[in-house]
Amino acid sequence: MSEAIAVPKNGKHPSYLDYQGKHKGFLGWILSTDHKRIGILYLVSILSFFMVGVTFGFLMRLELLTPGRTIVDAQTYNSFFTLHGVIMIFLFVIPGIPAVFGNFFLPILIGAKDVAFPRLNLLSWYLYVAGGLLAVISILLPGGPADTGWTFYIPYSVRTGTNVSLALFAAFVLGFSSIVTGLNFVTTVHRLRAPGMTWFKMPLSVWSFYSTAWVQVLATPIIGITMLLVIIERAFGVGLFDPALGGDPVLYQHLFWIYSHPAVYIMILPAMGIVSEIIPVFARRTIFGYKFIAMSSIAIALFGSLVWAHHMFTAGMSNTGQFIFSLLTMVVAIPSAIKVFNWTATLYKGSIELATPLLFVLAFIFQFSIGGLTGIMQGVLSVDIMVHDTSFIVAHFHYVMFGGTGFGLFAALHYWFPKMFGKMYNEKVSKSAFWLLFVGFNTLYFPMFIMGWLGMPRRYYDYLPEFQIYHVISTVGSWILVIGILIMFGNLIKALVSGKKITDKNPWGGETLEWTIETPPIHENFIDIPTVHEAPYQYKLNEATTLKTQEVK
Amino acid sequence: MFNGASNFAKEVDFAFLFTLVVSIFFLVLITGLMIYFVVKYNRKRNPKATNVHSNVFLEVTWTVIPTILVLIMFWYGWVGYVDMSEAPKDTLNIDVTAQMWKWTFKYENGKTTDSLYVPVDKPVKLNLHSLDVNHAFYIPKFRIKKDVYPNQQRMIWFEAKELGSFDIACAEYCGLNHSYMYNKVKVMPQEEFSVWLNTTVPDSTTKNDSTNKSTGK
Repeated sequence: MSEAIAVPKNGKHPSYLDYQGKHKGFLGWILSTDHKRIGILYLVSILSFFMVGVTFGFLMRLELLTPGRTIVDAQTYNSFFTLHGVIMIFLFVIPGIPAVFGNFFLPILIGAKDVAFPRLNLLSWYLYVAGGLLAVISILLPGGPADTGWTFYIPYSVRTGTNVSLALFAAFVLGFSSIVTGLNFVTTVHRLRAPGMTWFKMPLSVWSFYSTAWVQVLATPIIGITMLLVIIERAFGVGLFDPALGGDPVLYQHLFWIYSHPAVYIMILPAMGIVSEIIPVFARRTIFGYKFIAMSSIAIALFGSLVWAHHMFTAGMSNTGQFIFSLLTMVVAIPSAIKVFNWTATLYKGSIELATPLLFVLAFIFQFSIGGLTGIMQGVLSVDIMVHDTSFIVAHFHYVMFGGTGFGLFAALHYWFPKMFGKMYNEKVSKSAFWLLFVGFNTLYFPMFIMGWLGMPRRYYDYLPEFQIYHVISTVGSWILVIGILIMFGNLIKALVSGKKITDKNPWGGETLEWTIETPPIHENFIDIPTVHEAPYQYKLNEATTLKTQEVK
Repeated sequence: MFNGASNFAKEVDFAFLFTLVVSIFFLVLITGLMIYFVVKYNRKRNPKATNVHSNVFLEVTWTVIPTILVLIMFWYGWVGYVDMSEAPKDTLNIDVTAQMWKWTFKYENGKTTDSLYVPVDKPVKLNLHSLDVNHAFYIPKFRIKKDVYPNQQRMIWFEAKELGSFDIACAEYCGLNHSYMYNKVKVMPQEEFSVWLNTTVPDSTTKNDSTNKSTGK
């Protein structure tokens, strides 16, 4: 931040894409501490791992097309779902929106030149890459890829001979990347807000990044130490969790979910922020219930940290435990419901432009509602006993994680793409890609709800013939979905190479700070730090025109 | 879909149905409103938006109503679960051993089988334990499931309400042949069961049942 801004050429500051710092070319990217460049580094690496995860998911669905062996054997299939889970959770959904769009836009949204600790920020990307490489190495080394599921349940994870320790260590390293990002965002929001930007004048995505960051900082260390303990258990047989040595496998499950349930909110909260950001822009009006949306983020972060044991309703907990965790699970649904109602109400009397980002957002609300409502069903104790560990659960969390967070990330990508790159994508193609994604997604995951209720357990290589019809529909859905993903990314890559150039500061008509700066942004975002007077999404013009029309009458 | 075959089925299916109906109501409401607004307030039709900031009455309404609804759902779930968690006093006790990748059932008189044989309309208590890794004992038709751990005891009970043969599956991932850890529970008339239980001749049908996969019909 101490470096002087380069001399303006033609009176214009160069964009962060053209900016020449200490290093040039490729080094200028991987050694940059500019939050925007780090955001792009994350974007490239996270989407690469996403495609790897998609490939494993695609192969799993292909295997399940017919009962018995279709393309691979059981051991390979077991590795597929483990790798699909580990990669999607730790390398895509958890870092996803905060690491890419949080990094790129959080400082801009609060009127800052960078995050509070730019170097730590770069470190977090290196930790991410190191963790990602470790995960890849664990696939390739002799011993074979881990086959435990992403949950690494003990004792199986201690018994199996596959490269579980390395996969665990990868998750451990990735945890630090997440903690550093969280620490950075908490500090940035507290210390670097522009003059006049009080807490209730922050954009709603900042609220959600802020609540997420707290969960990252507080919960991630628990998974870190738990993963280390499993490695120690595997290496030295200490007997912490392994019942054969007097340990307790249920204790492992508690420790695992104390992080991994709040992690669900690390995944979904930022996407909720994106939704709150995009709806007012394309409805051209104020957000409905700003304070309720902001506070519900905090409530979700708080209550979401207290419901982990609902992943263990069949483990044989005490009835007191079952009672409390079921009740709290019901309570945590309320702030999410409040958000959904407020978003819907924000469309009321708007002037709605159904652009690609809004399409993704509306699909988010629909799919997240299904994910959330089926989540409530699982919170109902007696029903959970039936659907626990069936494909009902798989459908539920894909509706939240992919139908929610994934679609939220795609919405953000299409919303901020012109600002980030100064290029515009083909909107016709992006809308067709959206419809393929939407139809493919629902065809892929909805049959799993029905199967699950009928008793199809999850993580099954093979299945009874009566379930085949649902598996076939689901697999066909995966083909549609993959075509949609390829068209979407193809369209964006084409836009980067030969898309229409955009210099308009505010192509969508947004009222947050990123739309007041250059497109693409200059090196330190703002030439002069702005002073904030208004809460975001005021759309005062609406009131002015209403008055005028009244006067005319 | 709603043809459970145990004493718990009615309660579980009712709780499921109740939450399902409420869920569908809210999903249709939200999706319907979204589509209606997008059509009605489309930029072409409605070029000027109107700002509506907040409405405390609405916020309170859509906080309180869902809260009441989820509390009702919680209660149905809890009541149903309490029934599952406490076995009645006079039960038929069977020891269940899980191992990679099969189930073994041992009756009070020492008889051991691969498939589970139970009398209809009589409470049956299963004492579950595992020899190796975690498994989960799952009979979809009975709406029951419980994780099975090594070196720890778990209990599950039920009262079969229908004669016939139903699937037992393993629901907790346990390695290579997890998806082949299927077996059957056979519900017999009580007299037939007593005869079966006290027949010491090795039962030839038992062996045929141990084929891992079955049609479930």
